[in-house]
Amino acid sequence: MASVTATSHSPISADHLCVGYGKRPVIEGVTLDMQPGELLVLIGTNGSGKSTLLKTLAGLIKPVHGDLHLLGEHAGQLPKRVAYLPQHPVSSHTLPLCVRDMVAMGRYAHLGLMKQTSAHDREIVEESMTRVGIEAEADQPIRDLSGGQQQRTHLAQVLARQAEVLLLDEPTAGLDINGRKLVADLVSAERARGVTVVMATHELNDAEHATSVMLLAQRVVSVGPPEVALRDEFLRECFGFTQPH
Amino acid sequence: MNFLFGVFVDDQQLRLELIAGLLVAVTCAITGTFVVLRGLSFIGDALAHGVLPGIAAAMLLGVSGMLGAVVSAVIMMSGVGIVNRRLRLSGDTAIGLLFVGMLSLGVLITSRSVSLVGDLEEILFGDIAHVEWSTISVQLIALICIALIFTICRRPFLLLSVDEGLVNTSGFSAKLFHNVMMAMVATTVIVSFQTVGTLLVMGMLIAPAATGALFARRISSMIMIAALSGSISVYIGLLASYHYDLAAGASIVLTAVILFALSAIFAETRKSISRRHDDDHDHEHPHAHGHVHI
Repeated sequence: MASVTATSHSPISADHLCVGYGKRPVIEGVTLDMQPGELLVLIGTNGSGKSTLLKTLAGLIKPVHGDLHLLGEHAGQLPKRVAYLPQHPVSSHTLPLCVRDMVAMGRYAHLGLMKQTSAHDREIVEESMTRVGIEAEADQPIRDLSGGQQQRTHLAQVLARQAEVLLLDEPTAGLDINGRKLVADLVSAERARGVTVVMATHELNDAEHATSVMLLAQRVVSVGPPEVALRDEFLRECFGFTQPH
Repeated sequence: MNFLFGVFVDDQQLRLELIAGLLVAVTCAITGTFVVLRGLSFIGDALAHGVLPGIAAAMLLGVSGMLGAVVSAVIMMSGVGIVNRRLRLSGDTAIGLLFVGMLSLGVLITSRSVSLVGDLEEILFGDIAHVEWSTISVQLIALICIALIFTICRRPFLLLSVDEGLVNTSGFSAKLFHNVMMAMVATTVIVSFQTVGTLLVMGMLIAPAATGALFARRISSMIMIAALSGSISVYIGLLASYHYDLAAGASIVLTAVILFALSAIFAETRKSISRRHDDDHDHEHPHAHGHVHI
């Protein structure tokens, strides 16, 4: 797979960013300057603000105040180059879509309203399904799949975007141990080709290979390399307990 | 054979009714597919009832009922938006308030006019017996417009059915395409009310599309199954109405609901047989799948 073309702009830069809903702040003082191929892992309990921060990065929520740019543009301005995996995407039991069609939706940002799907698009869709191991289920209706297989389908949809920035909200939710390893391998492979990844998770293990970790509890508790951000005092402050050594 | 087909050859008015009904069935199949997928039944139902005062007022003023329905639909949708945004009440509450308010206003208008009291039943339950070529031409234009909108907007509509956030992060405006979809629902209600009535139009929006959802693996096939199911309902409903002197609109909608029930029984039976077959296969060939479950 081709590497991401180098750009002069930082994939994600934020300066004193305050995220929240309307004028109500959830997290204040977020400062980021990510480089291509880096992985930032957001860790915190439910309601800590992980999803709010990711939605802001995806352009779904306007920042309360502060500066935020993705690839040199305001958030939400570059749908072809930024892909977002929402938390628990709805796979309605009435949705009559097969896995292949669902994954192909990842190409819509490139196709717009009327552009015909090309052989190249179809190739990317097939490759994305193979990468997450759901190629055998390509013609199955998504409503007939298990939760884990549905999550793999949504992951394949995000990969099909072939974006330069991936924003993943709990990508390992509903996945078994093999699925979790698959996500870790996919993130590594994407980083190797220069893709910048921000991932929200509950799992401390997901931070193992991160460039940096941000510990959240409706505020930034700590940020930095895993060995710094996940120190016992910060974990105790965030979760009320520490990791067994 | 005359019982099934001859009546449509012999009776010119019945032929007109069949054409009008089939146009409604196909229009409702396209719109209804997204009403079912996105769970918009409540707002669709509210819209169907909310057009009542416009139709009644138009009749009193001697202008087209469709024109009155358009005005009512615009007031209804704007009202829902205002209550929702400005008063920060939930969407359901906003829809419910406008729904009962508009319905009550419609009943009040009709009850104040002796000439309209009889028309209330026709507005609510349809008056397919008086359908004319002019109505059919409006329905045909509406169908062409809705088919065009679907063709152009199918990608954002599909994304809307999965996740609203996905629409915005794919470069489309969720708000814009939601409003386009609501305009489609309003248009469908407005051009269908004479055939099946404002009360029963929801039946044609939901029942055939729900039948399609049972079997389809793609949106296009869901629409086709819905159109087929709706068309069969129109045919059987009109036949039953003609031969047994039943209300046409109610016969059509009841047939659509019965078709859904029979389809659901068939789909469930097929699923349980297939499950049993898979279990038998697993029992005979326990390692056939090659997957190891931990």
